[in-house]
Amino acid sequence: MKISQILEISEGTMLTPNADLDTDILGGFAGDLMSDVLASIQPESVLITGLSNPQVIRTALIADVRVVIFARGKQPAPETIKLAVEERLPVITSELGLYEISGRLLQNGLPSFEKRMLHAFDRD
Amino acid sequence: MVPDKQPITDDAAGKITRVEELAYELSVGEVMTKKVFTLRPDQTMREALDDIKKHRISGAPVAVDGNLLGILSIEDLIRSLRDGRIDLTVADYMTTNVITARKEDQVVEALKLFVKSNVGRLPVLDSSGVLVGVLTKGDITDGLLKALQTDYEAEELIRYRASHLFEDIVSDRSTLTLRYSVKKDDFSRGGAASNNIKKALLRLGATPQIARRCGIAVYEAEINLIIHTNHGGMLRVEIEKDRITVEAYDDGPGIPDITLAMQPGYSTASQAIREKGFGAGMGLVNIKSCVDEMNLTSSPERGTSLFMVMHLEKTRHTSI
Repeated sequence: MKISQILEISEGTMLTPNADLDTDILGGFAGDLMSDVLASIQPESVLITGLSNPQVIRTALIADVRVVIFARGKQPAPETIKLAVEERLPVITSELGLYEISGRLLQNGLPSFEKRMLHAFDRD
Repeated sequence: MVPDKQPITDDAAGKITRVEELAYELSVGEVMTKKVFTLRPDQTMREALDDIKKHRISGAPVAVDGNLLGILSIEDLIRSLRDGRIDLTVADYMTTNVITARKEDQVVEALKLFVKSNVGRLPVLDSSGVLVGVLTKGDITDGLLKALQTDYEAEELIRYRASHLFEDIVSDRSTLTLRYSVKKDDFSRGGAASNNIKKALLRLGATPQIARRCGIAVYEAEINLIIHTNHGGMLRVEIEKDRITVEAYDDGPGIPDITLAMQPGYSTASQAIREKGFGAGMGLVNIKSCVDEMNLTSSPERGTSLFMVMHLEKTRHTSI
């Protein structure tokens, strides 16, 4: 699924002007605790979160996340957007909640990248 | 020699192009044509015309044994033809008041001479006044282009060297050490060191998978330092050909029960820290899943020391 579709489905607004809307996204993860994100998420995914501080951007960069959605209309601080623009990480803000955004993306065929905790650390 | 005494602002400095820089860096001697065709003063203008036609040039310096006497241009030849005095000598028609450039001059000085004087070529003299070359605007363009090409090749070489660092260095054991200090409660910088380490690894030629695994492990260690250290902590990353070793020290209160701390979800972080998105109790668990070896030692007196190793040679399949 392309970032442009994710933007449309989440009824979001792109906050980073230098985003490439054609980037392919393979799966998604929703959560607010950064270690949970790192424990489960796989590369080339969308991260949907209720947090909006710069650490979200740094976590996303470490985990090779390709696009971040701030749910519930969260407007991140200017420093968060500045960091995202510098690192060329697209960031979207959406009025919808975590559940709604995740549900819509799943229904449109974007798979979940969340692993069941019991198996989160299995090696493939 | 800086000709304009106008102060250069940061803004203006940012706009100076590489070509402008090169005009100051390169000397006339580096870009001039060294094989100079010269005319003799006792030649007739008819001979000079033949020479100039043969060499397909539009003028030439007049010199005897490297001693510059004047310059003869197409205009001087036309004058002699118009006068019907083509059998007079070069000395009769040459320009003796010659504008010259010094071999040691910056190219930018020569450019200014061209603009000011409107001449097509500048004879170039060395410090003892001997004619050593001729400079045209074309020579300057060629010289700048060659220098830009050299710049580009040097940049390529640096990129190549960065990614082949450990192949090129021959020693029994080569290591590259990166050190970062981490401040307590500095959440706004949280993850900055680990992202820098990840970028460095990619630049050194690590695979995206390795860089990501190492990035996650260092990120978690970095966040732990921010949360738990009393004053400050230190991250030390040692990169070797076949492995990456990371050490994280802090002077915090220590971990009373390491087995408990390793349980997924176990956390001592405050509600305030959780609201920032940390303290999920997954940090050490995540580290363990990313690295090949991990050793955690802790005491209330000496704080906590985390040691981790990732092997680079063997391929490892992981969920991360």
